[in-house]
Amino acid sequence: MIQLVWLIPILPLIGFLINGIGRNRLPKSVAGVVGSAAILVSFILSLCIFFELRAGETKSFTIELFSWISAGNLHIPFSFLVDPLSVLMLLIITGVGFLIHVYSIGYMHDDEGFARYFAYLNLFVFFMMLLVLGANYVIMFIGWEGVGLCSYLLIGFWFKKQEYNNAAKKAFIMNRIGDLGFLLGVFLIFNTFGSVSFAEVLPRAAGFVQGDTVLTAITLLLFIGATGKSAQLPLYTWLPDAMAGPTPVSALIHAATMVTAGIYMIARSSAMFVLAPFTMDVIAVIGVATAIFAALIALTQTDIKKVLAYSTVSQLGYMFLGLGVGAFTGSVFHLMTHAFFKALLFLGAGSVIHAMSGEQDMRKMGGLKKALPVTFITMLLATFAISGLPPFSGFFSKDEILAHAYEHSPVLWGLGVVGALLTAFYMFRMIFLTFYGGFRGTHEQQHHLHESPKNMTIPLIVLAVLSVIGGFVNIPHVLGGGESLHHYLAPVFTYASAYIPGLTLDHTTEFVLMGVSMLGVLISIFFAYTKYVKKSEVPAAEGTRLPALQAASYNKFYVDELYDNLFRKPLDALSDFFYKVIDKSGIDGVVNGFGKAVMEGSKNLRLLQTGYTGFYIFAMVIGIILIMVLNFFLM
Amino acid sequence: MGYLSLLIFLPLFFALVIWVLPKRFEPMFQALSIGVSAAQVIISAALYYMYSLSPEGFRFAEHADWIYLQLGTLGSLDIDYFVAVDGLSVGLVLLTSIVMFIAAIASNEIKENKRGYFALFNLLGTAVMGVFCALDFFLFYVFYELMLLPLYFLIGMWGGPNREYASVKFFIYTLFGSVFMLLVMAGLYFSVTDPGTGHHTFNMLHMMDEANYSRDAIFSIGSEQAVLFGLPARLIGFAVLFIAFAIKIPVVPLHTWLPDAHVEAPTPISIILAGILLKIGAYGIIRLCLGIFPDGQVYFSYWIGVIGMVSILYGAFNALASSDLKRMIAFSSISHMGFVVLGIASLTSEGLNGAVYQMISHGVLSAMLFFIAGVLYNRVHDRYIPNFRGLALQMPRYTTFVVIAFFASLGLPGMSGFIGEVFTLMGAFKSESVNQLLPRWFAIVSATGILFGAAYFLWTLQRMFFGARRFFGGEAWHRALTDLSARELFVLLPLGLTTIILGVYPSIIFDVTNLSMNTIADHAYRSGSVYLNMLKVIFGL
Repeated sequence: MIQLVWLIPILPLIGFLINGIGRNRLPKSVAGVVGSAAILVSFILSLCIFFELRAGETKSFTIELFSWISAGNLHIPFSFLVDPLSVLMLLIITGVGFLIHVYSIGYMHDDEGFARYFAYLNLFVFFMMLLVLGANYVIMFIGWEGVGLCSYLLIGFWFKKQEYNNAAKKAFIMNRIGDLGFLLGVFLIFNTFGSVSFAEVLPRAAGFVQGDTVLTAITLLLFIGATGKSAQLPLYTWLPDAMAGPTPVSALIHAATMVTAGIYMIARSSAMFVLAPFTMDVIAVIGVATAIFAALIALTQTDIKKVLAYSTVSQLGYMFLGLGVGAFTGSVFHLMTHAFFKALLFLGAGSVIHAMSGEQDMRKMGGLKKALPVTFITMLLATFAISGLPPFSGFFSKDEILAHAYEHSPVLWGLGVVGALLTAFYMFRMIFLTFYGGFRGTHEQQHHLHESPKNMTIPLIVLAVLSVIGGFVNIPHVLGGGESLHHYLAPVFTYASAYIPGLTLDHTTEFVLMGVSMLGVLISIFFAYTKYVKKSEVPAAEGTRLPALQAASYNKFYVDELYDNLFRKPLDALSDFFYKVIDKSGIDGVVNGFGKAVMEGSKNLRLLQTGYTGFYIFAMVIGIILIMVLNFFLM
Repeated sequence: MGYLSLLIFLPLFFALVIWVLPKRFEPMFQALSIGVSAAQVIISAALYYMYSLSPEGFRFAEHADWIYLQLGTLGSLDIDYFVAVDGLSVGLVLLTSIVMFIAAIASNEIKENKRGYFALFNLLGTAVMGVFCALDFFLFYVFYELMLLPLYFLIGMWGGPNREYASVKFFIYTLFGSVFMLLVMAGLYFSVTDPGTGHHTFNMLHMMDEANYSRDAIFSIGSEQAVLFGLPARLIGFAVLFIAFAIKIPVVPLHTWLPDAHVEAPTPISIILAGILLKIGAYGIIRLCLGIFPDGQVYFSYWIGVIGMVSILYGAFNALASSDLKRMIAFSSISHMGFVVLGIASLTSEGLNGAVYQMISHGVLSAMLFFIAGVLYNRVHDRYIPNFRGLALQMPRYTTFVVIAFFASLGLPGMSGFIGEVFTLMGAFKSESVNQLLPRWFAIVSATGILFGAAYFLWTLQRMFFGARRFFGGEAWHRALTDLSARELFVLLPLGLTTIILGVYPSIIFDVTNLSMNTIADHAYRSGSVYLNMLKVIFGL
């Protein structure tokens, strides 16, 4: 079965081709079924491989499909790597992906681009699989940029709206900045190890000394790539804008899968990262800074999807914090639980938006829990999970990261807890504003309020179950668990584990840490409850003057404006300068000037052609004399 | 007659046929030209396949005495007809015939004086094919200059409103380069003797072998007498050849003929310009500059790298500022050819393989891009980017191909542009650790070209194709802007598939180029360093 792993990405590719080519002819029902079935079969195949891998002795298979490039000293086979990490990622991608495909059938039902939508979605899944299955950095990079393409196409899916296209373009270009880092990292890897395949690079890297400058450079470059794709400071601003895409897209690409590619890549390369402590510190600091910064922005957002977008940025920050402090399993764990609850939150938000006839502003919602009971309950469960309340999934994964952070540096832990408090606050704020209180929308909207159809609610329920129980795969020792995920992933992190000691905290400390963060979270929720349910506060309407701090948060700390003035405008001016001044006036000025000079010169020379024989004879005599004189002197 | 001669002279024969056929056959001229280039595609594809079976050295060689003149005390003039292809040229030969085929199909926008047009078109077909096959410098030069004549008229007579300015500019620029090339060619002739006959020779392969240089000639290797204006003559010879070819590529700052020529040229000629002509520049550098003057290449590599890097970025910035679709594509060509220059400058096998790959990839893509611009121009006679909006709704099928061409051009993995850019960059990146010719930051700075490439293509996509429909020409344009015709689809579909196939399975090219390019890179670097050291000793450089 493992040898047939190539079937898994091929199926969505076929789905893409069918829906892409037949997008104008296929009936909607067929398009949706083709798209979903491709992912479902991939999921089943992934499950088979998962069980086969668990049962088997060997934990890592490289399946070479064909010799892809062979030029100069570079030989890159097109090969897939099947190991616990890639299979786990496959399960997440196909599992959550399938649910989101099913949901999309309902959500996109009235859209004229229905088949095109499913084509893009399948193409995305295909590239995402290349990304996680690739057995070398170049195949990974193909997937890496390929998902960027699909993200671009899906953010700008409703391309009639120019601002959506802006968001799509911004996403692609900001991702490209990161991709440049990734690409240069790959160059340096090839330059250092003479190969780009994991199976050769990572063992060789493990032979380097800790703190090696080349490894530090490689890992920093790869991390730049990760900040782009996984929306970390300073390259995160595209993700909130990416909410322009259809909501299921936000759930799949911009929450559950694509944006976690950076975490996957670093986890995959852990053998190199652990040898670069400087990079690890950078990752931890950027991660925790992003977690808090994004959470601060999320506090005041009024668009339900924007809240979730910043929350995603913030949660990704947690995962990077985990990577930076060496909690590789913890990060992957959080990646998984986050995929469940964040996909659920987005799909739930989609259900709300669906019911509200497209309204996304929470100021115009309120009291929806009666009309949308399934959506409400499932979203509430997801909110428990993301806030880190036991025994929901987020609790376990976040706790693992925070415990490692504490061991690394209590300051990081403290900041992480602050982020957790903020998270609990803005998430419950979202729940309270949306589902509690009285309805604040129009009469027409109220009239239309309805729970979503089955094909949308069933995915919500399945994801809710996963959000609740997903944490049980890795219950820590301190709570009497067996850390199954840790053992499952251990073969992937063999090289890294030599440098990353396990947790040495005693159980009392761990309990205290857990208790502190949990107490904080409860207080935070209580605070939100008083503010938005007891006092029924509603965020101020557009245009109201806000206190300075709130205004800064509401306006996303003006980072977009800053980047605009710092980069976009100067670059625009520079290209204008190059074109108008240097090219047109400068170079062409010289070229045309040269032409003009020749013309003028010939005009004057032409005057010598007078036609008078006397003048010609005179000129001839002068010429002869000159030659004789010259001859005389030169002798 | 061998395959290559057939390939070269088939269009010439039909140029004559078109020239003499009576006027009533005029409607058939295009079909005839399409047929000729289709035959060329078949022949060159067969050659490519046969070459790929054992991809080593020069093959399909044809050798014949051509001109022999006794010149009294000067000796003799001995010119051969010598053609053959290796891993460098066989792909370019195939590319040439494909691009000519596409251009022939795109030629239906030509309405006036079809006889003159198609006669010149086929003449051009012979010239460009000959350039890639000729291994006798004189023969090369003949073909090289022969290209100028038809191109001058094709732009100057069938072009846009400002065509005369553009064609004269193009002519002067290129002539400026090739006049000096003639002098270098003559110098080489008198420096090199054929070991077989003992006569001087124009044979390029002999020129690449140091054993054939006489001790006291102008381009002798390691001789104190090889001096010109007090400078080492070989370096000057290199520089002259390089400038001649650099104008063709074109590199910044010798590029300003290109945007004008493209904007004014009719669609098929733009396709040929970008698809073939620019490659001749890069081909000339690899074949002649690296082959004959490797010392010059090693000596100037740093600066050639600078030129490549500047072209990449400068082209990209100008593309960003252009509002004429064709001008934008023209500047993007300059940027993309900059990668070729950078790859060559690195003198690594990755860089050179990447350069050839990028030439082929860009040949396909630029043909596609200019065809795309032509589709629009033929409908509404306008290419001004702000005059269009929301074309995706108006012409969805067309937009699909635009998206493919744009993303392939901006280097999306899985399509051909990516491989070429990555390999040239990787070569430049590696140079510092294998031959110290280019510092690593060249590769890093050049890599940002990929970013700006994404910027101008996506911006164009957004401005012209997305958003709500709004056209400058109002209702008339609404009616005129119909989706792709079957003929256009027939052109774009294979081009789009080619870029994807090349991107997914790049070995189609690398398997053919690899051995030849490794040899060229190796020869250029090794011999170049040795010769250069001799020069350094003599001239104290």
